[in-house]
Amino acid sequence: MNALVARFLSRLTAAWIAAAIVASLLLAGSPWSAAAEEFITVASTTSTEQSGLFKYLLPEAKKALGFEVRVVAVGTGQALDMGRRGDADVEFVHDKAAEEKFLAEGFGVKRYEVMYNDFVIVGPKDDPAGARGDDVVAALKKIAAKQAPFASRGDRSGTDAAEKRFWKAAEIEPKGAPWYRETGSGMGPTLNTASGMNAYTLADRGTWLSFKNRGDLVILVEGDKRLFNQYGVMLVNPAKFPHVKKEMGQKLIDWLISPAGQATIAAYKIDGQQLFFPNYKPGT
Amino acid sequence: MWDIAASFRLAFGLITGADPELWRIVSLSLEVSVASALIACAIGLPLGALVAVKPLPGRRALVVAMNALFGLPSVVVGLVVYLLLSRAGPLGSLGILFTPPAIVIAQTLLVLPIVAALARQFVEDAWQEYREQLTSLGVSAVRAVPTLLWDLRYSLLTVVLAGLGRSASEVGAVMIVGGNIDGVTRVMTTAIALKTAEGDLPLALALGIVLLAMVLLLNAAAYAVREWSVKHHG
Amino acid sequence: MASAIPVRLEARGLGVQLGSVRALDNIDLAFEGPVRIALLGANGAGKSVLLRTLHGLMKPTQGEIAWSGEAAPPRGQAMVFQRPVLLRRSALSNVEYALDVNGVRGAERAARARDALARVGLAHVALRSARTLSGGEQQRLAIARAWALRPRMLFLDEPTSNLDPPAAAEIERVIGEVHAAGTAIVFSTHHLGLARRAGAEIVFLHRGRVAERTPTDVFFRSPRSPEAASYLQGELP
Repeated sequence: MNALVARFLSRLTAAWIAAAIVASLLLAGSPWSAAAEEFITVASTTSTEQSGLFKYLLPEAKKALGFEVRVVAVGTGQALDMGRRGDADVEFVHDKAAEEKFLAEGFGVKRYEVMYNDFVIVGPKDDPAGARGDDVVAALKKIAAKQAPFASRGDRSGTDAAEKRFWKAAEIEPKGAPWYRETGSGMGPTLNTASGMNAYTLADRGTWLSFKNRGDLVILVEGDKRLFNQYGVMLVNPAKFPHVKKEMGQKLIDWLISPAGQATIAAYKIDGQQLFFPNYKPGT
Repeated sequence: MWDIAASFRLAFGLITGADPELWRIVSLSLEVSVASALIACAIGLPLGALVAVKPLPGRRALVVAMNALFGLPSVVVGLVVYLLLSRAGPLGSLGILFTPPAIVIAQTLLVLPIVAALARQFVEDAWQEYREQLTSLGVSAVRAVPTLLWDLRYSLLTVVLAGLGRSASEVGAVMIVGGNIDGVTRVMTTAIALKTAEGDLPLALALGIVLLAMVLLLNAAAYAVREWSVKHHG
Repeated sequence: MASAIPVRLEARGLGVQLGSVRALDNIDLAFEGPVRIALLGANGAGKSVLLRTLHGLMKPTQGEIAWSGEAAPPRGQAMVFQRPVLLRRSALSNVEYALDVNGVRGAERAARARDALARVGLAHVALRSARTLSGGEQQRLAIARAWALRPRMLFLDEPTSNLDPPAAAEIERVIGEVHAAGTAIVFSTHHLGLARRAGAEIVFLHRGRVAERTPTDVFFRSPRSPEAASYLQGELP
């Protein structure tokens, strides 16, 4: 018996079959398998993910809608590119200009404004550049003048786009300056870098409030109307991509802008502080 | 500020508390890593062995290429697989982007060169010892492949483990083709990356400890098997 | 088991060039029927190369080898090496492997394997892992493995050189049994005692050439070639 078993196992085909069987059994047990429920894919941003909003919102959405909402969180630029390739059903990002370009190119159906939060500038608590206040453009001018270290995302995200708009408004081109550090990464890693370098950085309040590695950083600039950060949601155009799950996608959008959905967004708090402010207005 | 002791306590608490999210992440990590390691070995072990025993034209170039692919940058593999599986890509209609099978594919591609190159090395060394005798018995080079693979099974276990270790530690490619979707494609490594990005370093470290423990257990088991085999087979 | 047609092996003008060394030079040999040939010679005389070339493991650079009587390579003849290479499996499984590779399957394979083990006295360790056997047992297993293939001619390259006297004696006995059952034996050795008892003829090699071929008792009394004489007196390495 021992000899026979040993021989059989040494056969090439047996190894292949065994591997294939085990592999498929393992995969069949996974949450994705065909028997699993229906789902849609939403391309969204790292700042929304890292603020913890989705962890709270998605189970509520599943209860209300009856299907699973899967979020792939990348930078806004990458999220919209996913839509352009048809790899997402719904876009949920925060860069109005980029979103409108997306629509103009015919990749989206309609843009709905869902919620907003605001950006803040955080920096070392002793504020060497004297940036504290409620004027973001003035703050950036002071930071540049002092050549204080500034960490930038530099990753085509919504936050990054906003930051570049503010520099432009301040008529400063920081790119290439030694004190301007482009990390090419998400909000969290950039905050980690800023914390490590004791640098200034522009962050969305949501990510900042849930960020746990602050070091010496505190909020220095807030309240400027220009720091307003609008989130929009769009259905990826089924005319361009027939496989897009348009009914479920539209149901998600309808829920997000419904009173129930808007109330759910408003209810998300960290340490008693509300992070996102629903602002859908019918007819916009 | 955090201290390592706090992370160890947190890790211990997560494991013993049977945190359901943790176990979902751990079991998914095991599934995709084991599946990709198995497939990579099913292809790579015979492939490496074949290159070791059969004189092929351009063999030296092939060996150099195999050894070079050892250091294949994982983000490149991730990007290529992503472009293949994307809806806009050739295999888009399969619809497996952002699902565990996509992760298995990417990880298999990363582990395969390692397994093949290591197998080739082991089998080539052994072939020096076995060649004369096996040829004398009438065994052709190709027929020798399964014989050698089975005879070297305890040494090749090391190769399988190396593949499994590589698989379990992959982050970049898994992030790109899996999307790190909560509850679907979030594995230990991408969860650690996310927690680190969120600045939740104690939890990230705790997850890292769990991952290390998992890999240590696997290696300890394999070591025990080797010890047993030496006693039993000499 | 013995076929009506005697096995015949003929080497004509055989030459083997290994790099700059002429390992075999213009060798003419013919073996017919169930011979018992002991190959003697100093180290480097070409014994191992000759055995391997006759067996088919090495290709001659000159001359040719002709077989007849159902012993044409690749099968019909087998070889046992100085150091047996056994697989990491049981003794029985090792023998079955050789049979399997040569197209013998199922019940016949099991029967022939058990029979071969019994004939060399290893039936009691059939299921033991081959690599845990003693040196003598391993060599007996190698012979059993070769014998199970029912070769018409069996080559052995210094089969007792790695063994202690009791084990060597066992091998000698087994070789005798293999021959008694009808297989021709061609073996190389440094053990003059083994050559004397197990060989009917001596082929003495010197620097790749056949210095002489003589019946055993004559060879040891008075060898014809001066090289053989020097060798027997211990003056050649």
